[in-house]
Amino acid sequence: MRGALVAQPGTVDEAVAALAATPGAQLLAGGTDFCVEVNFGMRRPPAVVALRRVAELRRIEMTPSQAVIGACTTYADMGGEPLATAFPGLAAAARTVGSPQIRNAGTLGGNVATASPAGDTLPLLVALDARMRLRGPTGERTVSLSELVTGVKRTGIAPDEVLVDVVIDRRPGPQEFLKVGTRNAMVIAIASVAVVVDVESREVRVGLGSVAPVPLRARDAEAHAREAIDWDALSVGEAGAARFGELVASACAPITDHRSTAEYRRHAVQVIARRALERCVRRAC
Amino acid sequence: MPASSATGVSQRVTGGEVRDRVGDSPSRPDGVQKVRGEFAFSSDLWMDAMLWGKTLRSPHVAARIRAIDPSPALAIPGVRAVLTASDVPGRPTFGLEDPDQPVFADDVVRYHGEPVAAVAADHPETARAAALAIAVDYEPIAPLVDPEEALTAPPIHPEGNLFRHVAIRHGDPHAHGDVVVEGTYEVGMQDQAFLGLESGLAVPAEDGGVDLYVATQWLHVDRDQIAASLGLPADRVRLYLSGVGGAFGGREDVSLQIHLCMLALRTGRPVKMVYSRDESFFGHVHRHPARMWYRHHATRDGDLVKVEARIVLDGGAYLSSSRAVISNAACFAPGPYRVPNAVIDGYAVRTNNPPCGAMRGFGAVQACFGHEAQMDKLAVALSMDPVDLRLRNALERFDRLVTGQVLTGAVPVREVIRAAAAHPLPAPLGPDDPMLARPGGAGATADAAHVRRGVGFAVSVKNVAYSEGFDDYATARLRIEAGLDLDAAPVATVTVATAEVGQGFVTLAQQIVREELGVTRVVLAPANTVDVGSAGSSSASRQTWMSGGALQRACAVVRRELITRAAEMWECPVACCRFENGMVVRVDTVTDVGDDAEGVHVSVGELLAHGHVETEEEYHHAPTKALDAMGQGDAHLSFMFAAHRAVVDLDPDLGLVRVVQIATGQDVGRALHPVQVIGQIEGGVAQGVGLAVMEEIVVSEGRVRNPSFTDYLLPTVLDMPEVVATLVEEPEPGAPYGAKGVGEPPAISSGPAVMAAIRNATGLSLTRVPVHPEDIARSTGS
Repeated sequence: MRGALVAQPGTVDEAVAALAATPGAQLLAGGTDFCVEVNFGMRRPPAVVALRRVAELRRIEMTPSQAVIGACTTYADMGGEPLATAFPGLAAAARTVGSPQIRNAGTLGGNVATASPAGDTLPLLVALDARMRLRGPTGERTVSLSELVTGVKRTGIAPDEVLVDVVIDRRPGPQEFLKVGTRNAMVIAIASVAVVVDVESREVRVGLGSVAPVPLRARDAEAHAREAIDWDALSVGEAGAARFGELVASACAPITDHRSTAEYRRHAVQVIARRALERCVRRAC
Repeated sequence: MPASSATGVSQRVTGGEVRDRVGDSPSRPDGVQKVRGEFAFSSDLWMDAMLWGKTLRSPHVAARIRAIDPSPALAIPGVRAVLTASDVPGRPTFGLEDPDQPVFADDVVRYHGEPVAAVAADHPETARAAALAIAVDYEPIAPLVDPEEALTAPPIHPEGNLFRHVAIRHGDPHAHGDVVVEGTYEVGMQDQAFLGLESGLAVPAEDGGVDLYVATQWLHVDRDQIAASLGLPADRVRLYLSGVGGAFGGREDVSLQIHLCMLALRTGRPVKMVYSRDESFFGHVHRHPARMWYRHHATRDGDLVKVEARIVLDGGAYLSSSRAVISNAACFAPGPYRVPNAVIDGYAVRTNNPPCGAMRGFGAVQACFGHEAQMDKLAVALSMDPVDLRLRNALERFDRLVTGQVLTGAVPVREVIRAAAAHPLPAPLGPDDPMLARPGGAGATADAAHVRRGVGFAVSVKNVAYSEGFDDYATARLRIEAGLDLDAAPVATVTVATAEVGQGFVTLAQQIVREELGVTRVVLAPANTVDVGSAGSSSASRQTWMSGGALQRACAVVRRELITRAAEMWECPVACCRFENGMVVRVDTVTDVGDDAEGVHVSVGELLAHGHVETEEEYHHAPTKALDAMGQGDAHLSFMFAAHRAVVDLDPDLGLVRVVQIATGQDVGRALHPVQVIGQIEGGVAQGVGLAVMEEIVVSEGRVRNPSFTDYLLPTVLDMPEVVATLVEEPEPGAPYGAKGVGEPPAISSGPAVMAAIRNATGLSLTRVPVHPEDIARSTGS
């Protein structure tokens, strides 16, 4: 009852095998979510498969068109190069997570697998249609984040699967991530937004956090922005930006809880979405 | 003895001239250990073969307990004991003022998290599982959670729902001013949130008693409550202070002490218990939430005519120190201003909410949010500058409080106001300032253009030490002897039961002995209930005055003994000898003795050659009186005043705030260790800012919703403002070294100043703290 078996695989395949060998086993990466739940007595798995020794899970592979980011890439890694230049929105999101200690431990894969509505990297991942590569006993499969995350802290990851890496297409152009919390650092998002402006394909992508059970795209707002932006000047008018904020707000389905109210969340996401867009593209005079 | 954890702090200081005296700022004797992470806190206590204790707490806010079956827990291998109310050998209840709180809930549970049983097992995980296995048959009942309703609702405790009503009637109750402003205010439930979790180790003793190593604020009063519930004489319950990781009032009440001792005595084994962070939120009392109504009357010129106030404090399920807290809230309801007429009613009531008690500022904090908002409102109504209005009405020496007490001590209210106002304002936020310095911080939500600045002011008053007739005293034992090394330099050993909770008495004790005896080497013995009498509580900003006073007195007794020894040696009258710079000097004519070169003197070391000197002294402060039926009486010993000016940057659209700077002037009497005074000011400001903008235990229908540091938010370094402080030193008559307390004032008016600054930036009335982003954004947002 007291102890838990701990497996320390060296490869992803060994990790998959360890999961298969011990039903109910919990994968452990940075432990910044899992260990808190253990301390609260909410989870007591019979076995733990610790991923720290799996070097391939920390691999970051950059090509001109995409990045393959190992699931055990830490927030600190995401805040640094090469990812910070390729995905400034992801880096900005990673820098808002917890304290330096947490950012040194917590991982991208953990953020995805925990699937909290407030997961800080999720708005950017959903905005960029990031794909998750999962490996199980029968092989690999790839699913998008929006397919994977099915509800509040619920995913389609099977108990015998390991999230190996996250594949994100590179998009030329500015990215912004803004997050509202009641403290100036180390705080869980009350509302967050990621805005990606692709200056080549001339599209705008918006991901929202903490305003629905799952990370959301704001498709109407995206379509509106695509029209509202003067792509040659890379600017947006006052009314266009305001409408963008309104459309983002209308995309969300926030709740009231002990952290905030639905009303404020909707208001806040409107404000920060507009600001994010205005930071990405100049305000037209 | 358990491993080193339960020892006190000692430091040997060597060197020639005596440095680090009163008024200097020597390093803390425990400072290096703490900075290096080597200091042993109570959670580090360890003993071979010890068991682990765990408390079972009620998941219900209010319930009848139909039955408790411990057998499923006892069936778990490794479980050594399961104790419930029926196992309490002595008094079934405890409490600081009146024992109205059950050691374990018996027939009724009155708050979410109330202890129902305790387990000892050979592993903490086993103890945790065993506590969950105890079968408790609860019948939930409708909780009483509204403090106003509590005044008229059927009693939820045999002692009723009203802890205390303090009525203050002063001057003409029908007086009326030309200008009247009215307001209602609310303060949420703040937590002390000390970092060192409740923890201790109880060891059964051969004499049938128990030794308890524990982090607490007042060893002797813990001992008395434990002994009563164990049914043991006080001398068979011995407490030893372990490393305390913060207190702020939250360790004044008994938490795990009785449970631990019962488990140790039942099992015959040492038992250790450490609360988790979430359990800590249920394991100690909090700051009282307050609802306050105020009406201020003033002349057209801005002189206060009358203050009317009604303050209701929610004391939660048990009394704790609610009677004293409401006394303070009522007494200081008008703030540090001259108020000729007052009608004030303060109520502390019992509900099924979490119990509330002592926290830094103790009733003065809640009142300050009310009276300072009112002063700003009045300034607007009078078209006066808010600082000028405060200066105009500031209390002076020989003024009367609304309790009729004449202020005979130092009352530098105007000085602290002017000192706070005199600090230069910080530069405005510019577009080049880092994002982290803007409201929203790491979330990068604001551009410089979104930010609005506000400035606010607040002033406060609070009593030092215990009030209303309490025989408040402290004890100090001092031993001085020749050292064992070659030069036989004297060594002084200080033994006090003063709980070092971070305030720095360990440093000050050494300074006092050096100051009084000129002895460089001062050792601090461990604090316990065995070797010395009570020090009283490390609270109410009182230990510098009280334990400092006792130690100063002990030094005087030692000095007299040394002078007597010198006089005997010289065969001269004692009156011819004087103590000076660590030696006794003969002050009458020197020719008789035939030493014309240097005069006659003898060092302390030489005087100790024939034996040590040791004494134990008590220091009682001047008596105070209970308030009478009209709330009148000389209830307090002394008063501390502070003024705070807050500068905030605020994002009106999102309602996010960053406090940029707190400038303060604080009445300290005399700064005995200026660096530690600044430390107290910075720490108190952090707690004041926290209460203003984020810290609150969210309670709904009696249930605590955020018992974790994930959701109970404390200021981080990005939330903490720059603090600029001026210490106003006007020595307090009758106080040892003229020093007042310094710990509480920074936590009192700093928060109200922040609220004033937020109101200034937004134009909103904002009557509740902590203020939430939605309170600001909803009204001012785009």
